[in-house]
Amino acid sequence: MKRKRLINISKAIGKYLFRVLTLLLATSVVAFVLASLSPIDPVQQYVMGAGAVSMEQREAISEYWGLNAPPTERYLNWLSAILRGDMGVSILYRQPVAYIIADRFINTFALMMTSWILSGIIGFTLGCIMGIWRGKWVDSIIKRVCLVLCSVPTFWLGLVFLLIFSVWLGWFPIGFSSPIGIADSDVSIWQRLYHLALPALTLSFISFANVAMHTRQKLVDVLESDYVLFARARGEDTWTIMKRHGFRNTLLPAITLQFASFAELFGGSVLAENVFSYPGLGSAVSAAGLNSDVPLLLGITLFSALFVFSGNFIANIIYGVVDPRIGEERPHGQAIGD
Amino acid sequence: MCHDNLPLLEVDNLSVSFRMYDKAFEQRDLKVIQDLTITVNKGEILAVAGSSGSGKSLLAHAVLGLLPQNATVGGRIFYKGRPLDVENQRKLRGSEIALIPQSVTYLDPLMQVGKQARGADKSPKRLRRQREVFQRLNLTRQTEKLYPFQLSGGMARRVLFSTAIITDAELVIADEPTPGMHLDQALEALSILRELADKGKGIILITHDIDLALQFADKIAVFYAGTTVEELPVADFAKGPGALRHPYSKALWHALPQNDFMPIEGFQPYAGDLPEGCLFAPRCPLKTSECEAENPPMRKLRGGKVRCVHAS
Ligand code: SF4
Repeated sequence: MKRKRLINISKAIGKYLFRVLTLLLATSVVAFVLASLSPIDPVQQYVMGAGAVSMEQREAISEYWGLNAPPTERYLNWLSAILRGDMGVSILYRQPVAYIIADRFINTFALMMTSWILSGIIGFTLGCIMGIWRGKWVDSIIKRVCLVLCSVPTFWLGLVFLLIFSVWLGWFPIGFSSPIGIADSDVSIWQRLYHLALPALTLSFISFANVAMHTRQKLVDVLESDYVLFARARGEDTWTIMKRHGFRNTLLPAITLQFASFAELFGGSVLAENVFSYPGLGSAVSAAGLNSDVPLLLGITLFSALFVFSGNFIANIIYGVVDPRIGEERPHGQAIGD
Repeated sequence: MCHDNLPLLEVDNLSVSFRMYDKAFEQRDLKVIQDLTITVNKGEILAVAGSSGSGKSLLAHAVLGLLPQNATVGGRIFYKGRPLDVENQRKLRGSEIALIPQSVTYLDPLMQVGKQARGADKSPKRLRRQREVFQRLNLTRQTEKLYPFQLSGGMARRVLFSTAIITDAELVIADEPTPGMHLDQALEALSILRELADKGKGIILITHDIDLALQFADKIAVFYAGTTVEELPVADFAKGPGALRHPYSKALWHALPQNDFMPIEGFQPYAGDLPEGCLFAPRCPLKTSECEAENPPMRKLRGGKVRCVHAS
C-alpha cells in the first residue's frame, strides 16, 4: 500500500511540473504581448536623462536590442535568453533583473511569511472560537469584524495603521526595511523585525478574515456531524472533542487555504510595500510599471506566477500526503479479514 | 437503600417534539414521540421493534440527552431509580450508558479506528480490552490502524459495536447494530450482548430484524408511530398471534416471512398528521368509537403490557 501511494504522489508531482511549465509559458506570452502593445518606447526610457541623443544613435540602440525584428522573433529571443538564465538588465536600476529580484525577494519573503503565519494563526484561532460558540455573541461580533475586514482595501488599512501606530503612538517606524543611514550589513535582525512588524500586520489583517470564516464553517460542519454526536454520547466534553476531532478535521482545510492564498498575499504586498515604502518586490514592480522598466516588469511577472503556483502546488501536496483518503484506494473488504 | 430490584432504566410516557418552522415562518411543534413507556431490568435484553419512523432511534438519543436544540422532551426517565436529568446524562454518558450507533458516519473519517474504539481513555488497560474485543469480533490487528473509509460495511459495524463493549457500561443501547454484518458475525455480536446481559447489565436492542431479536432478547417492546403499543415476554411472540395482545403486534407477526408474509394494510401515520385517540385506529380491524376518544393508557395484561382498549 505504501508503494502504491508513493507512485501516486510522484505521478501527481510530474503532472504539476508539466502544468507549471505550461503556465509559465502562457504567462510569458501574455506578459510579452501586453508589454509590446503598450505605448512604452524602451529606447526613449533608456536614453531619458542622458541628454541629447541623435536619431542615429537611437536607431543603433534599437538595432542592437533587436527591436526592429518582428514580435515573434523578439519573443523567442527573450525567451531563449531567459532559459539561459539571463533576464536582462533593469532600465530603472541599471542592474541585472535576476539580481534585483533575488535581492528584493528576501525582503518580500520575510514580509509575506510573517504575515502569512500571523494571519494563519489569528484566522484559525478566531475561526475555532466562532465555531465552538456558534450563534453566541462572540461568534456574531467576530463574524462582523471579519466581514468588515474582507471589504477593506489594503492600502487604506495600511494608511490607518501607519497613522495610528507610527504617527500618533510612535510605536513603529514610518517606513523602509531598516533604519536610514546605517549600512546594510550593520542592521540587526531586531531592527529588521521592527521595521517589518507594521506592514506584516497590515498584510495579515486583510487575509485572516478569510481563513477565520472558512475555519468557522468547517468546524460547524464537524461539530454537527454524527461522529461528534457519538463522541458526546461517549462522554467527551467540548475540549476533548476539539482535541480529538475538531482540530484534526479543520486544520488541513485551513492550511490548504493558506497556501492557496499566495496570490492575494502577493497582490496585497504590492500595496502594503508601497504604503510603507518597504523595498520589496511589490514596490519594485510598481516602480517598474510607472517607469516603463519592461525587463524588470516581465521578470517579476514570471517570478510571481511561479511563486503563486508553488503555493497552490504545496497546498495540493499537503492534501495528498496528510489526508489518508487521498492517493490510496479503498482496499477490498475481502483482503483484510472480512 | 437497596436499588437491586429497581429497574435499570424506566422510561415513562416520554414525548419528544421538534420545533419546526414551515414556509410562512410559522412555528409549530412536531410531535414525533408520545406516551412512550419501556422498562429495562438488569440482566435483560429488551428488543425494540417497529418499522422505520416509529421513533426507535430518537428514544436512544433522548435517553442520552443528545437530541438537537430544537427538541422538547416531556415525560420522565429514571436510571436506577433516579431521574435522568441533563446533569446526570452528562455524567453517565459513555461510562454507565453506552450507545452503539447505526452507521459508519459515526466514525471520525480522519482517525484510525483502533484509537476511536478506545475513546479518550489512553490507559494500557483500555488498549488490552480493545484488542480483546476486536479479536472476539474477528477484527485483525491491522484493522486498528485503518481509517473508516478503508473498512467494509461489516467491519465498520463491528468497530462501532466494539466501542460499547470496550466500556464497562451498565446499560448498552444498540441502535440497529447488525445490518451489514454477515449472519455469523451478527450472531456473534448478539451473543456478546447476551453475555453482557447475563452478567447483569441491561441492553436495549433497537432492531427491525424481529427474528434475530427473538433468539436473544428477553422482552420485546413494539413501537408504532412514536409510541409503545405493547411490551411482552419474547416467548409470547414465538407462540403466535394468540399469545399477542395488541392488534399491531399480531399484524407484525403475520407480516413475518416465515408466517403468513402478509403485509399490513395502510400506512403508519406521519408525525405531523396523527389521528385522534389510538394511533393504530385507522388501520385496526377491531376499532370502535371508544378507541378514538384518547390514546389508550398502557395497562398490564397476561404478564405483559398493552395500549389497547379491546385487548384481552
Ligand atoms: S385501541 Fe382500538 S383501535 Fe387501538 S388498537 Fe386497540 S382495538 Fe385497535
